[in-house]
Amino acid sequence: MHDHLLSLLIWLPIAAGIVVLLLGERNIVVGRWLSLLASLVALALCVPLVRDFNTHTAAFQFVQKAAWIPRFHAYYALGVDGISMPLVVLTALMTIPVLIAGWQVITKRPAQYYAAFLIMEGLMIGVFSATDALLFYFFWEAMLIPMFLIIGIWGGPRRVYATIKFFLYTFLGSVFMLAALIYMYVKAGSYSIAAFQALPLTLTEQRWIFAAFLLAFAVKVPMWPVHTWLPDAHVEAPTGGSVILAAIMLKMGGYGFLRFSLPIVPDACRELDTLVITLSLIAVIYIGFVALVQQDMKKLIAYSSIAHMGFVTLGAFLVYAIVRSTGATQDAALGMDGAMVQMISHGLISGALFLCVGVLYDRMHTRQIADYGGVINTMPVFAGFMVLFALANTGLPGTSGFVGEFLVILASFKASFWYSALAAVTLILGAGYTLWLVKRVVFGPVANDHVAKLSDVNGREFLILGVLALAVLALGVWPAPLLKIMEPSIQHLVSQAAATKIPV
Amino acid sequence: MPDTMMNLHSIAAAVPEIYLTAAICIVLLFEAFVGAKRPGATGTLTLLVLVVGAALTVAYADVAQRVVLFDGTYVADPLAYVLKLAGFLAVAVTLLYSRAYLQNRDILKGEYYVLSLSALLGIFVLISADSLLTVYLGVELLALSVYAMVAFDRESGVAAEAAMKYFVLGAIASGMLLYGMSIVYGLTGTLNLDGIAVALSAPHNLGVILGLTFIVVAVAFKLGAVPFHMWLPDVYDGAPTSVTLFIGTAPKLGYFALALRLLAHGLAGVTVDWTAMLAPLAVLSLVVGNVVAIAQTNIKRMLAYSTISHVGFILLGFVAGTVNGYGAALYYTLVYVLMALGFFGVVILASRKGFEADKLEHYKGLYRRDPLLALAMAMLMFSAAGVPPFIGFWAKLRIIQALWETQHLWLVVTAVVMSVVGAFYYLRVVKLMYFDEAPESLPDTVRSFGVRFALGVNAAAVLVLGILPAPLLDLCARVIR
Repeated sequence: MHDHLLSLLIWLPIAAGIVVLLLGERNIVVGRWLSLLASLVALALCVPLVRDFNTHTAAFQFVQKAAWIPRFHAYYALGVDGISMPLVVLTALMTIPVLIAGWQVITKRPAQYYAAFLIMEGLMIGVFSATDALLFYFFWEAMLIPMFLIIGIWGGPRRVYATIKFFLYTFLGSVFMLAALIYMYVKAGSYSIAAFQALPLTLTEQRWIFAAFLLAFAVKVPMWPVHTWLPDAHVEAPTGGSVILAAIMLKMGGYGFLRFSLPIVPDACRELDTLVITLSLIAVIYIGFVALVQQDMKKLIAYSSIAHMGFVTLGAFLVYAIVRSTGATQDAALGMDGAMVQMISHGLISGALFLCVGVLYDRMHTRQIADYGGVINTMPVFAGFMVLFALANTGLPGTSGFVGEFLVILASFKASFWYSALAAVTLILGAGYTLWLVKRVVFGPVANDHVAKLSDVNGREFLILGVLALAVLALGVWPAPLLKIMEPSIQHLVSQAAATKIPV
Repeated sequence: MPDTMMNLHSIAAAVPEIYLTAAICIVLLFEAFVGAKRPGATGTLTLLVLVVGAALTVAYADVAQRVVLFDGTYVADPLAYVLKLAGFLAVAVTLLYSRAYLQNRDILKGEYYVLSLSALLGIFVLISADSLLTVYLGVELLALSVYAMVAFDRESGVAAEAAMKYFVLGAIASGMLLYGMSIVYGLTGTLNLDGIAVALSAPHNLGVILGLTFIVVAVAFKLGAVPFHMWLPDVYDGAPTSVTLFIGTAPKLGYFALALRLLAHGLAGVTVDWTAMLAPLAVLSLVVGNVVAIAQTNIKRMLAYSTISHVGFILLGFVAGTVNGYGAALYYTLVYVLMALGFFGVVILASRKGFEADKLEHYKGLYRRDPLLALAMAMLMFSAAGVPPFIGFWAKLRIIQALWETQHLWLVVTAVVMSVVGAFYYLRVVKLMYFDEAPESLPDTVRSFGVRFALGVNAAAVLVLGILPAPLLDLCARVIR
């Protein structure tokens, strides 16, 4: 069973999605329950994944390898290590609230809606568990199709513009990565990621490949200045689409940096790390200011996502600066630990915040901050959740948001005082835009008649927000298990990143 | 020179052509005596002819080795076998899709089927050509049949204009081809492609390059590469959609063979020269095809420009100038034919009596009116854009791989950037079908079960061969050595 666990996690949701699609809109009641069942089974399959995960090795576990295209030496090869396993679990977890959130809300083509998210789930797990670059790319690109349809069909008024922009942006980044992967295949004779990591490359080659990877992953993260698709996509996407986009898809960029850029082109990363760090700091600070002035709740959270993802790229690329200044690699691991925790935590928090906005939007059909005010008077339970997630977003100790940011700032302090000083600005800015949002929306007197008529969260909404709140708190209070899972893989990654691959 | 003794066994490899020639006569006679009384019967007979032909090809033409027949004018090899089978299949599917369309426009005549078969014979002759004369014979047989098909709807002025344009420009291209061939013949002293290859492997006269130039122009014209593409959008647009479907699919197999046999085999001695000539043509085709397609409002014209861009990709395989490159080009050609069958098939099925679904706006909200058709079209569009899990992705991957093997950095960059540009107009079709509301006044799509089933299989093949691409990739690599 363990040999096929990852395959099951990938193909079960996809198969369920196809069945829901075939059942059609007329059998939507069955389709809905079937979707929920499939996503719950997928989450249940994560239990053995976590329980039987060996935390003492950096090697890939739960591996499966089957011939796929023998001529290209491309395999259907799956496996997870400490970096990808938490992301797989996060994907399985976050799909469930998305499905539940759409329960009564999605009335337009619901069967297709559910099918799209289930297929997405399978493909995203595929991205995180592929150990063959061609298979990775296969899932990576295939994922664009359901997301394209989700934004385009169920999105807001400017959905067509947003979804085409989303697709073309990510496609443009990805094709360069594909070119780089094929180049390395021609040199290495295999598409295995491990073979790429072992492949000696001259500095010139590494620079080109680094650039190709940067394009692909920076668009996905997204990093300033290629972030402009994200606010549009988030604003127009339906709630579920925003949640998946923020919680999982953005993480793929960060995952790409950790899995591809750092171990495959370490010398180019060493040479160009300042570039990535600068872009990350710009994301943290400049985008933080941009978030401050937003009038639209979703847009504000979208910009906040960009700023928070800046911490991920910052943490990942601090390794060289730390080695340069202190010479100690265990300090370098700190930054990557922070990046990883930040990814998981941001997945939970941003997902939860988009769900909160969804709850309000379903009732008021507006996302403008100005249309709200005093929500706490009519929706006290909801207000509690929203305040909790907002505080987590600002990095309040005791929530998961604190752990990631703290680790990254700590690591950046070891690299350079100025990095940490600039990164710490986020503590002020993040608190600024998030708390101001909460103040304007949740607190104060009831702003208008619409707000006065609001009804508090129902059981369905309470359930999903409650589970996410528990996860955010648990990870914040006790992050040790997650850190322990990641440790060997991060250590291995640091040693790979610190090594040189230039042939002598 | 091969053994010229002929007996029934030795010409078995040529059974497809011999059979097809006989079948054309039979279909012609059948139409004259029976067809007038039962319109449609000829179509059924033709489908039968194609199925039997495919079976005979499997039985007789599946040669393990290269077999040269008829005094070095004809060659049968595994490549020819694969291309001929694909040709039978493509024409059969084309005719199946076209039937209702032809009926609705009162052009369901036996001659249409005869012309289709003679065009197919021309394709086969091209595929198996081993001499300049045979090449020319194939080119002309194919071209003349197709000119007539474009003009088949006598009532349509646009079609007549398209046929005229096609004919005049095609004649110029044929002239170029013949002129180039005569120069090569004059300098090498042989018509046989193997002989030419041998003669050119030794140091050769500069005049060969002059002849080569004319040949490259003719090949580019036939394939529709920029700047020799002018005829293509007008013909695709002006011809009845069933004919567009025909010329968009099976002939590509023939023209691929034309390029392979003439350039990669016969003129292998001057590979450096013709790859240098094809490279700018390929880049121009990619750029012009993809960029101009964005501006189109007519789906047939849009698909015509998309064809031009796909031709650019196929030519890039030739530019690599390696066995892998030719294999990639073959794979791309087969994939393209499969996709073109699908998307022109959708255009045909969306059209009804007195209504041509040739404007992009006719596809608005197609999802509501006909989910199957919309789904098939969406899959084909994503495939054409090169997005996995569809087969178009592997075609592009294969080409890029061949280009990297020969260190063509800038061609790789151009190819990937242009596939992003191309993605835009493919996505627009999906957007129209799925995101937009349908206008009230559009007629129903064709509902006949058989045709829809075939289209479903066609689209499913694009997906299944995309998820499990190994068999077809292997086949293409095996038949080109």
